Amino acid sequence: MRRPSFLSTDPTAARVVPATGFTAALTIVSSAATAFLAVFAIALSLAAGDLATRWETELAGTATVRLPAADEGQDVQVATILEALKQTPGIGTAHRLDDGEQAALLAPWFGTDLPLDSLRLPILIEVTEIGDGPDVEGLNLRLEAEAPGAVYDNHGRWRAPLAEAAGWLRKLGTVSLILIAGVMAVTIALAASAALAANGQVIDVLRLVGARDAWITRAFVQRFTLRAAAGAGAGTLIGMIALLLMPGGAETGILAGLGLSGVEWLWPLVIPPAAALLAYAATRAAAARRLGSAP
Amino acid sequence: MIELDDVVVGYGGRTLFDGMSMSLPQGSFHFLTGPSGAGKTTLLRMVSMELRPSSGRVRVLDEDVGRLDRDGIARMRRRIGVVHQDSRFIDHMTVAENVRLPATVAGQSEATADAHLAELLGWVGLGDQAAQHPPELSGGERQRAALARAVILSPDVVLADEPTGNVDWDMSLRILDLLIQLNRLGKTILCATHDLNLIRQAKSRVTSRVLRLKGGRVEQAGIDL
Repeated sequence: MRRPSFLSTDPTAARVVPATGFTAALTIVSSAATAFLAVFAIALSLAAGDLATRWETELAGTATVRLPAADEGQDVQVATILEALKQTPGIGTAHRLDDGEQAALLAPWFGTDLPLDSLRLPILIEVTEIGDGPDVEGLNLRLEAEAPGAVYDNHGRWRAPLAEAAGWLRKLGTVSLILIAGVMAVTIALAASAALAANGQVIDVLRLVGARDAWITRAFVQRFTLRAAAGAGAGTLIGMIALLLMPGGAETGILAGLGLSGVEWLWPLVIPPAAALLAYAATRAAAARRLGSAP
Repeated sequence: MIELDDVVVGYGGRTLFDGMSMSLPQGSFHFLTGPSGAGKTTLLRMVSMELRPSSGRVRVLDEDVGRLDRDGIARMRRRIGVVHQDSRFIDHMTVAENVRLPATVAGQSEATADAHLAELLGWVGLGDQAAQHPPELSGGERQRAALARAVILSPDVVLADEPTGNVDWDMSLRILDLLIQLNRLGKTILCATHDLNLIRQAKSRVTSRVLRLKGGRVEQAGIDL
């Protein structure tokens, strides 16, 4: 298999392109900057995906049966409801929330010193669904008949907009990633074009002494691909260190969930080779344009 | 062999050559003269394939250069050494690397090229400047470096555009001497110059002819120098 030209080792070909100067710095710095941003775009995308998944999974598969407070006969009604739930396909588990669980549920709003005994609170039965869940309409009809006032609520009303928001978050993360990739491609392409324009004399001399277009292209592609990869490598490393040093206590607020964990740390490692491929393609295209316009 | 047949070239809105024809045999030595703007540089650029005529045919070393593709032009340029008036180099490479460049792009190994390089640099008197960079060279040294680069592949044709334009008389004689030596090796030399003293100096040492560009045509100067 033929080796890509940027991997071929032709030290003289690489040497005809200046190793330092404005265009070299332009390629390295622009690659590093966009790679740094790409690391955060990946982190944002993954965080958005995680958040969306959490919203969906934490709400899906759970339901509540609510029984209005009554003076008497509640225990019988609860037993009836539990029995009905037990017989209903699509119901996994069901258990009545005790006073402690109800107090914990209300604590965020009313504090921990809430005197539950003095309040007429509805009875709540927490249900987990299995498979596609129960036939909600049929179950509610049965509950209406056997335990009047009891309502089966699978949180569909307020889960739907959250699920929609989660979907939008995912799209936002993906769009951010695509935009950053696009910016990286354009930046590297512009840097390659600027570099070729700035090295017009080098190209003229090479053509004068009989260099074929392929040789000239290889010289520039080799240099710029390696520069872009090196710049992107540095930018990626700095981005990953920045993510690592991000305050770990940010469990809430704008930084909540923004970070990488486990195998997610492998994703940024894709950036340097991607930048190299972009530089390879961009430099080849720019060289073809520049050489095509030469006599 | 260099042949121009009914060549038309327009430049800057005017016709520079209008049906020019000429033929230079292999191994000949020609000086090209004419007033400024007569087209000496344009003619050399046509032969070195840096410029295509609007019409007509240019043949160099039995190749119709108008029919060559880009790789073919590159291949032909390795058989034609060019010394420009404003010698262009790759400034961040050393003199030795610049002189070796035609061999490098032709795929010769560094060892093969280096075997001739030291001798070549010594021949043009740049043995001590091999590790310097082109911006460090004087005008005469740049011209000699350009000449060394032009001949490292032992081309069949050497084109020189005012090679003594920026140098003193002693250096002019030295460059002329190099061109004469190349001609004695069988190379075809076409040297554009307005320096009549240089042409007279060549008279006693080599059989050379003078072509004069005038009114868009080339004519023999009428005398063998």
